[in-house]
Amino acid sequence: MSNLTVSPSPHIHSKDSTRSLMTDVVIALVPAVICSVVFLGLRELLVLAVSVASCLLLEWAVTRFMMKKPSTIGDMSAVVTGILLALNVPYTLPLWIVAIGAAVAIGVAKMTFGGLGQNVFNPAIAGRVFLLVSYPSQMTHWEAPQGLFGADAITGPTPLGAIKEGLLQGSSVKDIMTEHGYNYGQMLFANIGGSAGEICAIALLAGFVYLLVRRVIKPWITLSIFATVALTSLIFWGINPDRFTDPCFNLLTGGLILGACFMATDYVTSPMSTKGGIIFGVGIGFLTVMIRYFGSYPEGVSFAILIMNSVVPLLNRWFKQKKFGRA
Amino acid sequence: MKNTFSIGGIHPHDNKISRDCAITPLATPPTVYISVAQHIGAPAQPLVKPGDKVKVGQPVAEPGGFVSAFIHSSVSGTVKSVGPRADLAGKMSTTIEITVEGDEWMEGIDTTDTLVTDIPEDNKATLEKIRLGGVVGLGGATFPTHVKLSPPPGSKCEMLIINGCECEPYLTSDFRTLLEKGEQVVIGAAIIKQVLGGVPCTIAIEENKPEAIDHINEVIAKLRKISPKYDGISVMTMKMRYPQGGEKQLIDAVMHRQVASGGLPISVGAVVQNVATALAVYDAVQKNKPIIDNSVTVTGGCFPKQANLLVRVGTPLSYIIDSLGGMPSDAVKVISGGPMMGKAISNLDAATLKGTSSLLFLTAEETMRKPESNCIRCGKCADACPMGLEPFLLNKLSRINDVEALEDNAAQDCIECGCCLYSCPANIPLLDIIRMGKAEVMKAIKSRQIKK
Repeated sequence: MSNLTVSPSPHIHSKDSTRSLMTDVVIALVPAVICSVVFLGLRELLVLAVSVASCLLLEWAVTRFMMKKPSTIGDMSAVVTGILLALNVPYTLPLWIVAIGAAVAIGVAKMTFGGLGQNVFNPAIAGRVFLLVSYPSQMTHWEAPQGLFGADAITGPTPLGAIKEGLLQGSSVKDIMTEHGYNYGQMLFANIGGSAGEICAIALLAGFVYLLVRRVIKPWITLSIFATVALTSLIFWGINPDRFTDPCFNLLTGGLILGACFMATDYVTSPMSTKGGIIFGVGIGFLTVMIRYFGSYPEGVSFAILIMNSVVPLLNRWFKQKKFGRA
Repeated sequence: MKNTFSIGGIHPHDNKISRDCAITPLATPPTVYISVAQHIGAPAQPLVKPGDKVKVGQPVAEPGGFVSAFIHSSVSGTVKSVGPRADLAGKMSTTIEITVEGDEWMEGIDTTDTLVTDIPEDNKATLEKIRLGGVVGLGGATFPTHVKLSPPPGSKCEMLIINGCECEPYLTSDFRTLLEKGEQVVIGAAIIKQVLGGVPCTIAIEENKPEAIDHINEVIAKLRKISPKYDGISVMTMKMRYPQGGEKQLIDAVMHRQVASGGLPISVGAVVQNVATALAVYDAVQKNKPIIDNSVTVTGGCFPKQANLLVRVGTPLSYIIDSLGGMPSDAVKVISGGPMMGKAISNLDAATLKGTSSLLFLTAEETMRKPESNCIRCGKCADACPMGLEPFLLNKLSRINDVEALEDNAAQDCIECGCCLYSCPANIPLLDIIRMGKAEVMKAIKSRQIKK
C-alpha cells in the first residue's frame, strides 16, 4: 500500500501567495507606468529600468552574500519598490542617483530590518526622502519633456512648487493658478508638471480599483486619507482662499493619489485592523496638508507617510478588531 | 442582507462533486470493528465478551459516565474479540470485533419505511429513547445528544437550530439526507423541539443547496397539515461562507447573539443539532432504531467513483475504498471529514465511527503545504478569523510560549477552523502553531480551576 501523508488540518490552501499579491500590485501600476512613458518619453522608461534592476540586484546580493539565505526576489516585492521609486522621482534624475535611491530603499529601509515584512518604513518612500534631502536640486528640477506620439507634458515647476513660490512672493493662490493655467480636468487626465507618478490621476485610480476588485487591499486607508485631506483643506480654504489652496487642488497634486493608493496601503508598514487603518489614514491626510501649508517643502505626502509608519506598532496595539463574544 | 455570521470567514470553492450521488447502502463487510470511544466524554463499557452472539441493534457497550453513550452492534454475528485496536489516527482504543453472520435485527426495531408523524408527548420517555439509541451529535463533535437536550437548571432554551449548512467543501451527506430523508429530519426536529418545550425551530441551509431548501419547505408545509406540532419550524437560507456550520457562528448568523468566550450555546438560549442527528433522533424515537449506520460521502477530484454510502458503523475504511474500486494512484492524503477541519488518516484498516461523515481523497497538488516565508503583515489571517482573533500575533506568542500573553489575546477562543492558515499568502502554518499555544493556555486555565 502507498504511504499516506498525515498533517494537521486544514488540508487545502487559498491560491494567494506573497508573489501573487505583489504581482497584482505590479499589474495595478502598469497603467501609470504606460502613462508616464507616453507623456515623459523613453527617458522615463530608462529611470524605471534602472530603479527596478537596482532593487532586484541589491536584494539578491544582500540575501545571497550577507544573509546567506535563499534569494527572496521571486516574491516580486523588490519590483514593486523599484517601480514606486521610479514614479516618485523626476524623469530627468541622473541614473546614478536613481541607483542610490534604490540602494537606500532596499539596502537600508528593507533588508537591514530582515527583509520583506520586517521593515518599519515603506522602502520606496524612504529612498525618495533620502534623495530629496541629499540631492535637493536634482530632485526638484523639472524639465519640459518630449513625450511619445507628440504628447507633451506641461513644462515648469510642479503645481505645489509654483504655489509655494508664488505665495512667498506675495501673490494670491488664485493669481498663481491663473498665471500657470492650472485646471482640474487637466490634472485628472494627465499632464501636469511633476514626477511620473503625479502626472496621471486616472491611471493611478484605475490601478487602485484593480487592487480593490482583486481584494489585494481594502479601501479604508486610502479613503480616509482623501477624506481628511479634503476636509482639512476645506476648512483652511474656507477661512482664507487667498492664502490656502482648495481641496480639489490638494487631492489632485503632489503624488497624493500615488501615496494614498499604493504607498500608504503597503501591507508591511500599515496597521492590521480597519480601525487602525482609518486612524493611520487620518494622520497621513492631516500631516500632508499641514506640511503643504506651513512646512518649508511644497510637498508633504512622503513625510506624512513616513511619520505615520513609525506609529503603526502603537496603532496595532491600540486598535484591535472586536473579538467574538467578548466586550 | 443575507443571513450569515458577523466576523471573518472565507469562501473556499465548495467542490460538491458528489452532490448528485444518492445515498446507497453499502454491503455489510465480513467483519466489523466497533470502538467504544465514538463520542466526546467517557468511553463506553463493553457489555459483551468473545463468543457472544449479537443481533443488529443490540447494545454492546453501555455509557461509562454521565457524558457518554450507548453503543450498539451494527451487524448480527459472533463477537470475536474485545481489545485495543488502532483507530483512524493510529491511536489505540478498546474495540469490539464482530464476525458477521446473516442480518438478524433485534425485536422491536421498526425496519419498515412507514413514516411515523405523531410526536410523543412524554419528554422524559423521549429523552430516554434518545439515550438508549446511542444518539450523539453527528455534525463532528459527537457530543451525547440526550445530555445536550437536558439544559442545566436555570437556563432556558429559546430556539432550536438544525444545522444543515454543510459549509465544509466536498461534503454532501447532509445535503443528500435533506433531499432523501427530509420528512424524517423535520419530524426529528419536531421531536427535539417538543423536548425543549416547543421552542421555535430554524433549519439553516446554505444557498448552494437550493433543492434542499425547496424540498424541506415543501415537507414542512405538508407536515403542518397533519399536526400543529410542526408549526414554528422554518427554513432559513444562509449565505455560503465557511465556517457557517460552526456552532457559535451559526447561532450568531441565525439569532444575532454571540456566545461569550468559554460559554455554552444555551447561555444565549440556543440549542444546535445537526441534520444527521435529527434523523438519528427520528430513528431512535419513532422506530426504536439505534445508530447502527450513517451516511458517508466518498469523494475527491482524483477519486473516480463519487458516492454517498449508507455504511454500518465499524466498517473498515479499506472495505469501503475497495468496494469503489480502490485507492486512486495519485491520492496522497485520505481525510475523515472535510478538507478544512477533517483529520488525515494514517491507518486505512481503521473502521468507521458514528461520526464519520466522509472519506476525502486529495492529491499532492491539492493538499501539499508550500514552504513558509516571511509574514508580510497583510492581516488576511485576522480578516479571516471568525472569532476576531489575531492569528499573526498568536503565532508569534505561541512560538515563544508566552502563555500569559496568549490568554490575554484569547488563544483559548480559537475554534481551529483553519481559516487563518488557509488564507496566509506566506504559507505560515498559523493554526499548527496556535494549537500548541492554545493547549498551553487550556492547561493553565485548568490548573487554576483545580487550585480553586
